[in-house]
Amino acid sequence: MLKTFHIGGVHPNDNKITADAPIEVFPILDKVYISMAQHLGAPATPVVAKGDKVKVGDVIGEPAGFISGYVHASVSGTVTAVEPMKDLAGKLVMHVVIAVEGDEWRPEIDRSSDIVRDIKLSKEEILDKIKLSGIVGLGGATFPTHVKLSPPPGKKAEFLILNGAECEPYVTADDRIMREQSEQIFIGGKIMLKALGIERGFVGIEENKKAAIAQMKETGKKYPELEVIILKKKYPQGGEKQLIEAITGRRVPSLGLPIDVGVVVQNVGTALAVYEAIQKNKPLVESVVTVTGQCISQQRNLSLRVGTSFSQILDAIGGIPKDAAKFISGGPMMGKAVSNIDASVLKGTSAFLMLTEEQTKRKEEINCVRCAKCIEACPMGLEPWLLNKLSRARRYDDLEKEKIYDCIECGCCLYTCPSNIPLLDIIRISKAEVTRIMRSRPKK
Amino acid sequence: MKKFIVSPAPHIHSEFETRKLMRDVLIALTPSLLVSIYFFGFSAIKLVLIGAGACVLVEYLIQKYLLHSKITINDYSAAVTGVLLALNLPPNSPWWLILIGSIVAIGVAKMTFGGLGQNVFNPALVGRVFLLISFPVLMTDWTIPESWFRPGVDAITGPTPLSIVKEGLASGLSMGEIFQQNNFSWGEMLFIKMGGSVGEISALALILGFIYLLIKRVIRPHIPVAIVLTIVVLTSIFHLISPEQFTGPMFNILTGGVLLGSIFMATDYVTSPMNPVGMVIYGVGIGLITVLIRYFGAYPEGISFAILIMNSVVPLINKACKPKRFAKEVK
Amino acid sequence: MSIVLFTIICLSVIGLLLAIILYVVSKKFHVEEDPRIEIVEALLPGANCGGCGFTGCHAFAQSAVESPSLDGHFCPVGGNDTMAKVASALGQEVKVQQKMVAVVRCNGTFDNREKSNYFDGYKSCKVALSLYAGETNCRYGCAGFGDCVEVCAFDAIHVDPKTGIPEVDQDKCTACGACVKACPQSLIELRAAGPKNRRVCVSCRNMDKGALTRKACKVGCIGCGKCAKVCPFGAIKIENNLAYIDFNLCKLCKKCVDECPTGAIEAVNFPIKVPKSATTLETPQTQAPQPKVATPIEQKENNSKE
Repeated sequence: MLKTFHIGGVHPNDNKITADAPIEVFPILDKVYISMAQHLGAPATPVVAKGDKVKVGDVIGEPAGFISGYVHASVSGTVTAVEPMKDLAGKLVMHVVIAVEGDEWRPEIDRSSDIVRDIKLSKEEILDKIKLSGIVGLGGATFPTHVKLSPPPGKKAEFLILNGAECEPYVTADDRIMREQSEQIFIGGKIMLKALGIERGFVGIEENKKAAIAQMKETGKKYPELEVIILKKKYPQGGEKQLIEAITGRRVPSLGLPIDVGVVVQNVGTALAVYEAIQKNKPLVESVVTVTGQCISQQRNLSLRVGTSFSQILDAIGGIPKDAAKFISGGPMMGKAVSNIDASVLKGTSAFLMLTEEQTKRKEEINCVRCAKCIEACPMGLEPWLLNKLSRARRYDDLEKEKIYDCIECGCCLYTCPSNIPLLDIIRISKAEVTRIMRSRPKK
Repeated sequence: MKKFIVSPAPHIHSEFETRKLMRDVLIALTPSLLVSIYFFGFSAIKLVLIGAGACVLVEYLIQKYLLHSKITINDYSAAVTGVLLALNLPPNSPWWLILIGSIVAIGVAKMTFGGLGQNVFNPALVGRVFLLISFPVLMTDWTIPESWFRPGVDAITGPTPLSIVKEGLASGLSMGEIFQQNNFSWGEMLFIKMGGSVGEISALALILGFIYLLIKRVIRPHIPVAIVLTIVVLTSIFHLISPEQFTGPMFNILTGGVLLGSIFMATDYVTSPMNPVGMVIYGVGIGLITVLIRYFGAYPEGISFAILIMNSVVPLINKACKPKRFAKEVK
Repeated sequence: MSIVLFTIICLSVIGLLLAIILYVVSKKFHVEEDPRIEIVEALLPGANCGGCGFTGCHAFAQSAVESPSLDGHFCPVGGNDTMAKVASALGQEVKVQQKMVAVVRCNGTFDNREKSNYFDGYKSCKVALSLYAGETNCRYGCAGFGDCVEVCAFDAIHVDPKTGIPEVDQDKCTACGACVKACPQSLIELRAAGPKNRRVCVSCRNMDKGALTRKACKVGCIGCGKCAKVCPFGAIKIENNLAYIDFNLCKLCKKCVDECPTGAIEAVNFPIKVPKSATTLETPQTQAPQPKVATPIEQKENNSKE
């Protein structure tokens, strides 16, 4: 019996075109544009100025708050500008632009491919190093990893779950690293277990990644503390709350965090980054990105330096494809549409997807026929049609009663709605409004 | 630079589309339609065509000249209403009967509430019940299906099995006598000779449509199963208590449009509950009311009334039965 | 006969019972209310728009009756006439306030602002702008999906399909401020309607540097400060690369309109000037600071008022 979550879910066509394409190292181009907003929370403060010389791994941005992180130079060269530039949504964010000169790394970084298995550092040293290496969750939310690995006082972690579900269609970055660097992922997982002070962990992988499962199971024999669990193919299997339910049977309470049920979830990509940071002294300066879509001819998995712009990738695959109508950073279910293709790749970018107008254009909205398909699809057991109705009437107190704050914005409702009602667009806005109202309320 | 599309996630859409779902309902009705054409010939085709055509036309005229709103006849929902209405009429109905039914179904039961998705009651059933009350003789005078392919034998008109039983009981006959006199056969009821409206001629064809709807994930099985099970349980109890007074479960399931009603009418999206628990409550309610009307009411069959009555409490059911939430309450 | 009797008795008993229940309930749940509240409420427009800052007309009336003076109470919909009536009903004084009107401070029409992408989500400014910077390169401009239109209770604001920018019908606008709150870009401002509805306003909210603004929109304010220098009344301030005209100080001399290099400053409802020479046009590619042409209806009304 394959494990899975039990409420809702949808089955989009997985389109894993690039599953068998090995990760290629993308050449370093003349310039990189490194955003200071690589993580959830406050953007980092740049600590370099125009004209400074930097090597790969030099700190160029320092955290500006508790939930924030370090940013490192991903190339060596001269800083040519430190200025606000448009990010993929057209909003201004501080960027550091570096003109590339050679490829000089900081001397302490071990770039050999030898696998270092001994974990020498202590718990505190590990957490500190993870923070200094600027590691963020690579599953999409880019939450700073060191914060996640330090449970708040009074909460105790019991399990670590490495998320290799990769339930988003098209994206194959995690699939590839599990096939190519499985041992490093296990060592990274072990490091995180040590940082949390716990003994047991799981690796959850969706059934459609047969090769990755085989590879991980094989390597996993040496690491009995991390058990490989095969999950049913169903979206959103890789959603944090769904994954925890599938593997442990525990349900994260409303407005709660995984730590409330004693679980810490980390992406397999994060585990790899942790391995590299702790064992190889290498900060997070590279990102594996799946460049895909039916409208391009060369779908690939690329290992890119953080700060490479989307237009540079497009140049490398032969310009903007003729049929491409939408560029998406991330997968088609939760990824962000790119309105500015000069924006750059972030640490957490997992895919650069191009869809044609036919694939992505929304159809005309018609009346709700109350078919209840959205209820069937919602993995949180909510009633999207009702939330939509109440939202349009701005009935925020009723929305709170209907638990709009539970919504994980997975997109199943909008994906499935036969009347093409933009359910999630509307729910997302009123969810923000409801949580704002709830926060502004004095606490009991 | 080329203009490209930007939108919030998700960026892809499933194959579900309201039009396609409605079209699937029409496809699921084709087996029954073919069987009835086989038995009733031209009159069945005529009724279905007039029904579908009239419903679509009425919707078009109302949207164009009364509401001045967008024309939405291409969503197939009016056509589904028309076909269902036609399948619920006696095969020998005159053309004007279904025309009146269509006007009531679309004009009164659907468009006055605001069109697709807004109506409280199932339009086809409102049309049918309106006709049943206004033209009781025409609506209960069924043709007993005799093969269309045997020339020289005219179709015989007569009442449905349910009304035969009802009238028989009223005139003091015992159940055994009634069954003997009329020579009902289960096999005939299941496959072909089920006296009744155009659509309910063959139980097997209806079940075929049901399976198609389930495979295409158009409907969930909760409602039809709940209705049929309730009727089976209740009628078995009554039948065991007094077999002379109450008909048995098989007889009740196979006659009087229970299958047509529970598969195609009670599962209408707009007028049925949206959550599994609610669907079961709704189905049980329909079954209960149907049995009560059949055994104790004045009408021989009661599923149309039962569905309409339960339609009216659907908003309450939706409010009371929430789906199973993922997250527990915050402690 | 007995049936008739029975019916009559039955109905009478039911009627009596219900009457008693109604009486008890009305006594028990009776709320004492100042009778003046009702009088004041009757004087108010009754739109419950909330433009006064209260939740509705009843709340406004209640507060007006209960507070010692009418300070802080002004019905923007009814205007000075209504307030005078309210004041006389309550035997109090009220200050006369100038008529206000909602002004959309963006002129980024389809012609002036090129679209770089196409938004395909739910057509709402709030949804679009929470996602990204908008369909054009200007991240301060109007998204044109009409969140303001939706909230207007007086049918006074509509998005012009030719320009994509909302237009305020100033005869219908009551300055309730609903659109001001609804606009996620804070583009709409309540400004003095001005004598004969003549106004001068900076139709731009772009706070980017001049070069960026120019790239995004032909008629954006680049914050050059020429208008502030030329203004004889000190009514114009430049902050964050953006000019702002204080309508209380502006005397409608229109010097700034002629000075503005991009045409970001709009003069509304002035009589159409016959161009004497081409001296005002400096650069042909930027739009000349033309006075906004009044629609025939507006013109007619202006004439009749004059």
